[in-house]
Amino acid sequence: MRQIAHSIGRAATGLVEEFGYYLALTVESLYWLCWGAVRGQPVRLAATVAQMRETGVAAAPIVFMLSFAIGVMLAIQGIHTLRQFGAETQVVLGIALSVTREFGPLITGILVAGRSGSALAARIGSMQVNQEIDALCVMGISPVRYLAAPAVLALLVMVPALTLFADLTALFGGAVFCSLELGMSHVAYWDEAISFITVDDIMQGLVKSVLFGLIVALVGISNGFSVSGGAEGVGRATTRAVVLSICYLVLADMLFTYFLNR
Amino acid sequence: MNAVASEPAIEVEHLVAGYGGRRILDDVSMQVHTGEIMIIMGGSGSGKSTLLRHLLGLNRPISGVIRLLGKDTGRLSADERLALQKNIGVSFQGGALLSSLTVGENVALPLREHTRLAAATIEVMARVKLEVVNLGGFEHMMPSQLSGGMIKRAALARALAMDPKLLFFDEPSAGLDPVVSSELDDLILKLRDALGMTIVVVTHELESAFKIADRITVLDHGKVLISGAVDDVRNADSERIQDLLHRRSRPVHLSADDYMRRLTGE
Repeated sequence: MRQIAHSIGRAATGLVEEFGYYLALTVESLYWLCWGAVRGQPVRLAATVAQMRETGVAAAPIVFMLSFAIGVMLAIQGIHTLRQFGAETQVVLGIALSVTREFGPLITGILVAGRSGSALAARIGSMQVNQEIDALCVMGISPVRYLAAPAVLALLVMVPALTLFADLTALFGGAVFCSLELGMSHVAYWDEAISFITVDDIMQGLVKSVLFGLIVALVGISNGFSVSGGAEGVGRATTRAVVLSICYLVLADMLFTYFLNR
Repeated sequence: MNAVASEPAIEVEHLVAGYGGRRILDDVSMQVHTGEIMIIMGGSGSGKSTLLRHLLGLNRPISGVIRLLGKDTGRLSADERLALQKNIGVSFQGGALLSSLTVGENVALPLREHTRLAAATIEVMARVKLEVVNLGGFEHMMPSQLSGGMIKRAALARALAMDPKLLFFDEPSAGLDPVVSSELDDLILKLRDALGMTIVVVTHELESAFKIADRITVLDHGKVLISGAVDDVRNADSERIQDLLHRRSRPVHLSADDYMRRLTGE
């Protein structure tokens, strides 16, 4: 009994510690992004752009593939469901809203967690193992400014951008399937979709995607920094970063959707 | 060396350090004078790496004071700490070159981050530092393409980039063949004589230690056994020091009962 209480207590303090770390990391990254240039130690634009290319542009093809498939899948399921009411043509409403409000940001978030969250954890983790982080510290180069801030900024910008792209491709996937199955023209499909989607729907998706970007960045970076124990530790941190960020992503999605729709 | 008379570059007073309830360093006090080469020696687990981490400010002590160049490292503002860090160069055991940058970019990194010099000037200065360590012409290689000795020398070039007053070496000869290791020793001596740097070397290599040392501090189980001139250390009558100096294995004093208890895990 005491042992159970002990382990629950330890898990709880661990969780509090972890969230404290995320908070500190966010604050410090924002500090360097805002005041670094004033203090003569700017967050490097070149590093940020490189991160953006790596996490954003390079992810575009796979985001295209996945969200196209999601669009097709939603169309198939929607048509199947609505056929029971003889209302197949209403499928556009379902696709348009579920893509912009939910599937676009979520699919993008999960994909970025798998690609960039793991890459961040592995890169920073192996730097930790090789004492490169120590070397940065003793040279007076803040590892948060040099490594974390560019990644945080890149993800905060690129995840919403990818989400918009995913929204469009998923709608396109739906259009392709609807034209094949229902003989609906692309023009009619897009007309209808645009008439259903409000700015609010898009914004809801984008607000969530900003949060997802932050989650992936923080979990990846903090797991990288806390690596100990050589190559095995790097592997563990990478796995942990991906699994944890996907968990937090889905939980945050649920909470946010609940509060945004009250 | 005439440096013995001048003021200390490093002062450590009653340093206690450790983590998780385990004490790694117990009441360590030592001084390093300006312009001398101090060797910190000790067997594995003696706490010499931990002492180095504390000197570099990478870990925070439980208690005690560390003064570098007259500044108490425990109570520095961010700006003061940065100013101090610009006067310190460190060459880590594995080199710790950033693997995503070329050798030249690694050496240029401190200059790029801490000075407002033009890019062309920085490039020239980085080449000069690489020449100092006999790595001229290697600036476009990646760290993964270099041999162990070259990595150590490149790391030294980076440590020298800001022309520091204090230079720290973690195990300079570990994993190097005797010739390369001896060349590195000569380089360390040259740096002291030519540039008047204060140099702290953490090592367990006896030969290289006696070749370059002005003074030696011997650590054992987190305590300072002796801190003094080379001859004092050589002639010390402490049995433990003589064991370390003559590579004698440690006699194990364990009663039969204790041994039995250890085996049965009780």
